Amino acid sequence: MQRDVEILIAEDDDGHFSLVEKNLQRAGICNKITRFADGQETLDFFSSSRSARKRAREAAYLLMLDIRMPRVDGVDVLKKLKEDPFWKKMPVIMLTTTDDPREIERCHELGCSVYIVKPVEYEAFVEAVRKVGLFLSVVEVPQLDETAKTAGKSR
Amino acid sequence: MRRDVVILVAEDDDGHFSLIQKNLQRSGIWNDMIRFVDGQETLDFLFMKDGGPKREHSHKYLLLLDIRMPKIDGIEVLERIKQDHELKKMPVIILTTTDDPREIERCHSLGCSVYIVKPVEYEGFIDAIRKVGLFLSVVEVPRIDGVA
Repeated sequence: MQRDVEILIAEDDDGHFSLVEKNLQRAGICNKITRFADGQETLDFFSSSRSARKRAREAAYLLMLDIRMPRVDGVDVLKKLKEDPFWKKMPVIMLTTTDDPREIERCHELGCSVYIVKPVEYEAFVEAVRKVGLFLSVVEVPQLDETAKTAGKSR
Repeated sequence: MRRDVVILVAEDDDGHFSLIQKNLQRSGIWNDMIRFVDGQETLDFLFMKDGGPKREHSHKYLLLLDIRMPKIDGIEVLERIKQDHELKKMPVIILTTTDDPREIERCHSLGCSVYIVKPVEYEGFIDAIRKVGLFLSVVEVPRIDGVA
């Protein structure tokens, strides 16, 4: 993953966020991390059009998205993002407590990149986040700039 | 990822396929694996064309997809998969040699789960596959035909 990819984390639980951030870093991820405490904050970031597109030209983003969040939940956030012609290309990793198969299916239907269930016990949670971190070190994240948007339309 | 997920690998290069299989296993992934040597074989299986192996309705699948393949390339395979209301739920991990940003963007636009560039040197390639394997051990894969 390129150094300039900004990792966005939508996570309402402070403890979980802290563990995720720390363990991504332990796995060697030194990208900038930005946190949203609920779904509304997350959507606000993406919908502040002029500033968001300006930011998008300078960076690429990857979103780690919890489902159970106040105000707007993660599934609604995912749906809105994947309906947007600009943001739909951004990888979205669901990282959530629920292992309900219908939720897993729904998120894949809406276009999530991947779905990960947060293990209940501490050691396994830490381990899972480290595996995500190691994996992120080998993935490619698309740039979301305007010129790329035009190229995408010409298929 | 549960043991019942079948890993589909669309890879025309025998050497690469062998390395992928071996190193996924080394990172603990022992799921059943089905290999396709080109895009046509991949689509025939997924779209259940008569006369050859076909996907099972109740199974869970995850696809590792190369782009440069004979007959039908990975981009077209991805496009067809994501246009199908059932198949689109299947995670597709692009694993390919090209690092062209337009290709990366195109694949994400079409709905790939993730895009990985195969490192050129052997050690890097093995390391990347092992990281994919570790990652696969924590992901959830939906059933294509939906929850009963």
